Amino acid sequence: MSHAEDQADSHEGTRRDFIYYATAGAGAVVTGAAVWPLVNQMNPSADVLALASIRVDISVIDPGTQITVLWQGKPVFIRNRTEEEIAEARAVDVSTLPDQDAGNANIGPAPATDENRSLDEAGQWLVQMGVCTHLGCVPLGDQGNFGGWFCPCHGSHYDTAGRIRQGPAPANLPIPVASFVDESTLQLG
Amino acid sequence: MKFIRNLTLSAATALALTGTQAIAAGAEVHVHDVDFPFDGMFGSYDQMQLQRGLQVYTEICSACHGLEHVAFRTLGQDGGPALPEDQVFAYAEFYEVFDQALFDGEGDFRPATPADKFPGSNLSNAPDLSLMAKSRAGFHGPYGTGLAQLWYGMGGAEYITALMTGYAEEPECALEGEPMDGYYNTAFANGGFPASCKDEHGKHKVPGSWIAMAPPLYGEDIEFADGHANDLHHISEDVAAFLMWTAEPKLNARKEAGLTGVIFLAILSVLLYLTNKRIWAPHKGKD
Amino acid sequence: MGGIPHDHYEPKSNFEKGMQTRLPIIGLLYDTLMIPTPKNLNWMWIWGIVLVFALVMQIVTGIVLVMHYIPHVDMAFASVEHIMRDVNGGHMIRYFHMNGASLMFFAVYMHIFRGLYYGSYKSPREVTWVLGSLMLVLMMGIAFMGYVLPWGQMSFHGTAVITGLFGAIPFVGEAVQTWLLGAGAVGQPALNRFFSLHYLLPFILLGLTILHVWAFHTTGNNNPTGVEVRRTSKEDAAKDTLPFWPYFVIKDLFALAIIMVLFMAVVGFMPNYLGHPDNYIPANPLATPAHIVPEWYLLPFYAVLRAFTADVWLVMLVEWISFGIIDAKFFGVIAMFGAIVVLALAPWLDTSSVRSGRYRPMFKWWFWLLVADFILLMWVGARPAEFPYDWIALIGSAYWFAYFLVILPLLGVIEKPDQAPATIEEDFNAHYPQKADGKAAAQPAE
Repeated sequence: MSHAEDQADSHEGTRRDFIYYATAGAGAVVTGAAVWPLVNQMNPSADVLALASIRVDISVIDPGTQITVLWQGKPVFIRNRTEEEIAEARAVDVSTLPDQDAGNANIGPAPATDENRSLDEAGQWLVQMGVCTHLGCVPLGDQGNFGGWFCPCHGSHYDTAGRIRQGPAPANLPIPVASFVDESTLQLG
Repeated sequence: MKFIRNLTLSAATALALTGTQAIAAGAEVHVHDVDFPFDGMFGSYDQMQLQRGLQVYTEICSACHGLEHVAFRTLGQDGGPALPEDQVFAYAEFYEVFDQALFDGEGDFRPATPADKFPGSNLSNAPDLSLMAKSRAGFHGPYGTGLAQLWYGMGGAEYITALMTGYAEEPECALEGEPMDGYYNTAFANGGFPASCKDEHGKHKVPGSWIAMAPPLYGEDIEFADGHANDLHHISEDVAAFLMWTAEPKLNARKEAGLTGVIFLAILSVLLYLTNKRIWAPHKGKD
Repeated sequence: MGGIPHDHYEPKSNFEKGMQTRLPIIGLLYDTLMIPTPKNLNWMWIWGIVLVFALVMQIVTGIVLVMHYIPHVDMAFASVEHIMRDVNGGHMIRYFHMNGASLMFFAVYMHIFRGLYYGSYKSPREVTWVLGSLMLVLMMGIAFMGYVLPWGQMSFHGTAVITGLFGAIPFVGEAVQTWLLGAGAVGQPALNRFFSLHYLLPFILLGLTILHVWAFHTTGNNNPTGVEVRRTSKEDAAKDTLPFWPYFVIKDLFALAIIMVLFMAVVGFMPNYLGHPDNYIPANPLATPAHIVPEWYLLPFYAVLRAFTADVWLVMLVEWISFGIIDAKFFGVIAMFGAIVVLALAPWLDTSSVRSGRYRPMFKWWFWLLVADFILLMWVGARPAEFPYDWIALIGSAYWFAYFLVILPLLGVIEKPDQAPATIEEDFNAHYPQKADGKAAAQPAE
């Protein structure tokens, strides 16, 4: 008799505990579901994300010229290079460069060869941030001792692949995430 | 006593929940309930209807009106017209926007991108349509209780449908006095109204009033790619549905969240009820 | 805390002992959580917890919304739309905040009428009651200033109307109104300061909440019988009470969960039902909406404000006596604030020796009439100011004042109250028959 009662008691006890645990669990789930949106709202909103990538029409850029577009608040140089510029850039021995990393966000750390910096295989398109790696001025195109870019602020010279060759700047012009949507459209970001 | 108390309590609940309503000005208007796919607790937008509505907006409304709060990119969102990405790009390029960053900060016009918003209205007296469906209530009352909205919803989309289909012949009483500016519409409440159509107490003898906008839709003036019916009533409903989406683009997500929340909280309520009952049982002589 | 004898917190571990002599916060929390609570509290004693929850919810969602809102006349409306369209989950957070105000007022009105029925305002709980009345006024201010922020048509013209109330004050009215708005009309200065105050005042409200709780923890809770907990000994007190945790915490959480189901349904399925469509039109100083109506929770007091027009003889009399200083406009303002003042004065206006309305046969009728009157005023507040609504508003307002100023004082004299139970235990056991040994089971046999 008492044995049976004991069993009934512990059975009852288990059921009671189960309801308590289930309630606490459900409460925790509901609380978590309520807290998550309060955290997530601080992530970038849809309009910010929309500006993280822009498309640029590159069919208007003739060989040997470049355009500057504003992307995420910074200038980006998009240059359609001539055969001579490509050849000149490819002739350089990488080991002689001040900065030996390609600085290309599309491929990660890699030797600063021209192939690793241009966007296409042929090397026609060079896309890079238009911000001098020294103190953030905007370099001028088609100038300087190496036929590439020249920063007027403190005299840094970049070559036709945007690599630093002379002057105080420590690094090559960084290359942002970019890809071709089609033959005439480039997507930044 | 108990009966009266219950009666007061239920009346209290009903009233407390109904809240404030605009009372239609002197004018009576005709707004009929439309069975939109997004009505009700489980309703959601019909993607094809929104795309048709977008077409109506683009071909007709956008000549004068704007959608300044709506970004082109949202046309590709789930729970919206859900256009494919390339179509969103192509659609945005129809529009020109002013970009202050161009020409070394002087600014210039350029084709819009998905990140841009629709332009605002072209006419000073054409209101922006972004929030039109939420800034109008189709249903009121009865007697200021707001119960009608409990059954039919706020009725913003119904109001737009009624306005599009509400153009009518001027009533005879209007021909007696000075000719009215604008167009007679049975769904428009706050427009001009001729004295000759009021009775001696100032009460309006005919519904609606005179609106400045010429009838924008006639029916058969648009061909839908999906071959959907294009009579006046159907295109009015389609554009009303589209404007409901521009006003409340997160409606689908909101209802999903609401339903999930209700279900979870209901489960929690049941569990708390059982827990509460068990805790109290020894003290209520029910152990 | 508290005059009810009960076991107090005993620090056990060395850490607890150390804390107790340095910062006795564990003891404070323990005693608050385990406070003896009358065990016969019914389901109308849940609204306080609902209010605390709603206030915290409003503060949390509000802080989040401020991360995206811009208090500028040209950008406020668009920034709210930005929250509704682009911010992750922003539409739900904003709808929670918007409807949360309605939840708070629904709960606070239930809370107040609970107090009025069961005589919770009576001695020794006057301080709790007056603090509560103060909190009601503060809540109304916060809600009103919050309604200004989206900068829609109702925001703008509602601000003009409400600040206009202060313009009715004799002599200094115009100066006060200009001071409130920081300009001759509603504009950027008004929006900026209302934003600042709408952020600050909820924390003051939270502080007052703590005082409110402190006050009634000192006097002990009222309960449906209005009979005090026995303080003769710890054993007697224990027969009338149960600790707050877990008995009332779980009970309140259950009630809260049910209310949140309904709230979630409103937010999910009809979030704009309680709002006004005109506030989705950007503010335009050149065009006033056809009808300016406050949110539903302010309507009863709005009805009182409008009820006393210049053709009411009382208003004419007062204007004549005061040499025209108190005109109809100012009279309405006084009446509106007076409606809350008489509520706050209830502890001194009620002369009855019996606390709970449960044992007051005549009081019951007048009380339910007051509830009906409140609902009537809420309805008539949204109707146009024309016949017959002006008369309804006037009669309704008159009854509100008559209840507090005439009926409550008189009833105590002429009413013959019913017999209240001697103890809370007696009342509780009458509902839940106990076995002789005070422990288990046994419903009465058929």
